[in-house]
Amino acid sequence: MAESKTIYIAGFAIIALLVIAVLAYGASQDWEFGGADDGAEGVVEEVDPDYEPWWNGIFGDYELPGETEGMLFALQAAIGAIIIGYFIGAYTRKE
Amino acid sequence: MHIMEGFLDPLWCAVWFIIAIPFVALGAKKIIELVREHPEQKMTVALAGAFIFLLSSLKLPSVTGSSSHPTGTGFSAALYGVSVTAFLATIVLIFQALLLAHGGLTTLGANISSMGIIGPFFGVLVWKAMMKGGVSMPISLGITALIADWMTYVVTAFQMTLNHGQSIEAFVNFLSNYALTQIPLSVVECILFYMFGIYLMRNKPEIFDIAGEIAAKAAAKEA
Repeated sequence: MAESKTIYIAGFAIIALLVIAVLAYGASQDWEFGGADDGAEGVVEEVDPDYEPWWNGIFGDYELPGETEGMLFALQAAIGAIIIGYFIGAYTRKE
Repeated sequence: MHIMEGFLDPLWCAVWFIIAIPFVALGAKKIIELVREHPEQKMTVALAGAFIFLLSSLKLPSVTGSSSHPTGTGFSAALYGVSVTAFLATIVLIFQALLLAHGGLTTLGANISSMGIIGPFFGVLVWKAMMKGGVSMPISLGITALIADWMTYVVTAFQMTLNHGQSIEAFVNFLSNYALTQIPLSVVECILFYMFGIYLMRNKPEIFDIAGEIAAKAAAKEA
């Protein structure tokens, strides 16, 4: 058990360090970290300048408030995390 | 990899839907059979879907100055293969397209094809090769997740190039937007699934054997 615990701690530590390093470097470069999915819009403008999106979706131009969007993303993450947590709780072998 | 609503021509939307639908239908059928015949697998299917739910909602910053998210399809691909993954990814993508305006309904077929089918397909190839080659399960699972994640974004760049630009130059542009950003994120995903692999080795090492046996039985029944 002790050995796998070390691996979990090391794994999460590496991920945390990676994210912090990227954010710190980004801050020094004034990066905005916009979504790559939205970034594709810029590439389309570049390689296919005449292209007009032909449908805006069922909500049209309405954009979700940032707070609501954050809530829904958190909801999605929570649904996933609950199930994973349940599994880990149910299947961890007792010493 | 979420191609935005309206950013693919109707023709390409249709093409990707036609490619995606058979996989999703087969995946739905497989899951229904699986849960009916092996009710104890319900939890494992839910777990595979939960990873896709959780990881595809985490937007992480990357070295290119933009943010993107992992796909979480590696575990499902290794466990149940491509079609089940396609079905699980479809649920997530519909959730995001309807509620989050992330991705879109018209581009759903293209997004299922990249995240649920072609990315995981490469993951399955790597998984089978590594397990056959005697690589340990946690490492194989990590690399499978990495490849499934990264290939998803390569495929997205390819889908966009087919529709826009149709040149090497455009492909490189789309790759640098999607795939370059994705490299550090797929490494993060690799570490996460490696850790989960370690957990499974200690607590539920038989999980892949059981899924494999069930798949073999199902194949034998059809033949």
